[in-house]
Amino acid sequence: MTILQFFLWSLLKVAVVTVVFLLAVAYTVLLERKLVGRIQNRWGPSRVGPFGLLQPLVDGAKSFLKEDIIPTGVYRPLYLIAPIIALGCALTSIAVVPFGEPNVGPLGLVKRGEMHLFQIADVNIGLLVVLGVTSIGVYGIALAGWSSNNKYSLLGALRSSAQLVSYELALGLSLVGVVLRAGSLNLRVIVEQQAVSGIGSWNLFGGMQFVAFFIYLMAAYAETNRSPFDLPEAESELTGGYHTEYSSMKFAMFFMAEYANMITVGCVATLLFLGGWTSPMGDLIGPFENSFVNAGLSLFWFVSKVFCFLFLYVWVRGTLPRFRYDQLMNFGWRWLMPLAILNIVATSLWLAFVKI
Amino acid sequence: MHLILFIVFAGFCLAGAINLLLQSHPINSALSLIVVMTSLAVLYLLLGAEFLAAAQVIVYAGAIMVLFTFVVMLLNAGREDRTLGSRAALRVGFPAVVAILAVIATMILHAQGLGVARLSEGITTTEELSVVLFTKLLLPFEVTSVLILIAILGAVALASHDKGDGERTVGK
Repeated sequence: MTILQFFLWSLLKVAVVTVVFLLAVAYTVLLERKLVGRIQNRWGPSRVGPFGLLQPLVDGAKSFLKEDIIPTGVYRPLYLIAPIIALGCALTSIAVVPFGEPNVGPLGLVKRGEMHLFQIADVNIGLLVVLGVTSIGVYGIALAGWSSNNKYSLLGALRSSAQLVSYELALGLSLVGVVLRAGSLNLRVIVEQQAVSGIGSWNLFGGMQFVAFFIYLMAAYAETNRSPFDLPEAESELTGGYHTEYSSMKFAMFFMAEYANMITVGCVATLLFLGGWTSPMGDLIGPFENSFVNAGLSLFWFVSKVFCFLFLYVWVRGTLPRFRYDQLMNFGWRWLMPLAILNIVATSLWLAFVKI
Repeated sequence: MHLILFIVFAGFCLAGAINLLLQSHPINSALSLIVVMTSLAVLYLLLGAEFLAAAQVIVYAGAIMVLFTFVVMLLNAGREDRTLGSRAALRVGFPAVVAILAVIATMILHAQGLGVARLSEGITTTEELSVVLFTKLLLPFEVTSVLILIAILGAVALASHDKGDGERTVGK
């Protein structure tokens, strides 16, 4: 494969993934509104299109057409760049996620194994790339709050940076157990290691990483500023949090970044704990002759696992009340962190003495 | 390809560093420092040190600089006054910097056995790195971790020095 071919293929993959990802973000918003509606015993959006399915498009058009107000007191350069950082980082980290069986011969176009059809970049340190890009995303929120020159925004930004930095630790440590088991930071290798016998070899069940999964889940809610840890935008205390002063498309960019992060976190959870694109039934619905069917099936499993994760997200949001700030910090530092370290020690001991 | 990337990101790195010095607002300086850190990460990657690159982004650009910006926000540090510097700084400072840099450069150029780093396709995997770290360099590694542990303990001891305040937060 020449460099030009590689470049064109990558461009195509980037374009497709971006479009699909943004659509997924839009429909996650709808999913959330629908589900929360049902949880609260009402219908949710139901007027635009069948079952309200066109609601995201209308919402998008609305935010485009709204007046874009830039308050006079803001620090302009950072005020303008903050939403771009937030959304840019949220969209970047999806680049290393493998969505489906990567070694499927791209349907006769290129030789098998020469390129990964369902992954933009197969990186050795894929997991670290996701963590690194997420940690850069903090600046979007922090700078937005500071440059807005508004006390509510600043408080929201401060809460959020403190929360993100604290929970990043627990998040990173909870993933170490999985990395220890796989012996690699490559997301594709981590999934392939779980592909042996369906649900039994997932890291969540077969790998006995359910403690790590629980920690990851909690830390992921905090990292994406979602309920029950949505203190940075607690509307009863901070009116809107870090995006109080933003309007129109800039506000929509923060909104999209939040949902994009939700999906990314769901993808990572799927890859690390739920066996990625592999079937939960192992080879029961086996590999077929037709590689189109195989590719579609692996995509189907991946998407349905991520969907379950998003469903859980919304369910938790509709059920649990918001934490108090000191409770949040106590929980992160005094419970999740030591628990994550214990999990690492236990996993290492098990790997060293039981499974030789 | 490697050379082009090297030139681009070395340029970013230098531009960020110069911008850091020229900006009068602390938060702009902090952001320039982030640019420097991330460009350095790319340079590490070009040398084949992928784990180091990721660690650079996560630890320095992601965690430490967040604390920097955090402090700038909390202190609400304003714009600094730009002074042209004293005459003594101009007359003594610049020649001194030139002299020190010249000495360092000659020392490095004359030193034997420093080895050569090449922009290369080859990548040192995390596995190779950890093998070296936990066999050949085990003692320095452990000593460093003990040092960091002492620093953490010191920070905690300093922070909890104020008894009255400490008890209130501990007692929820």
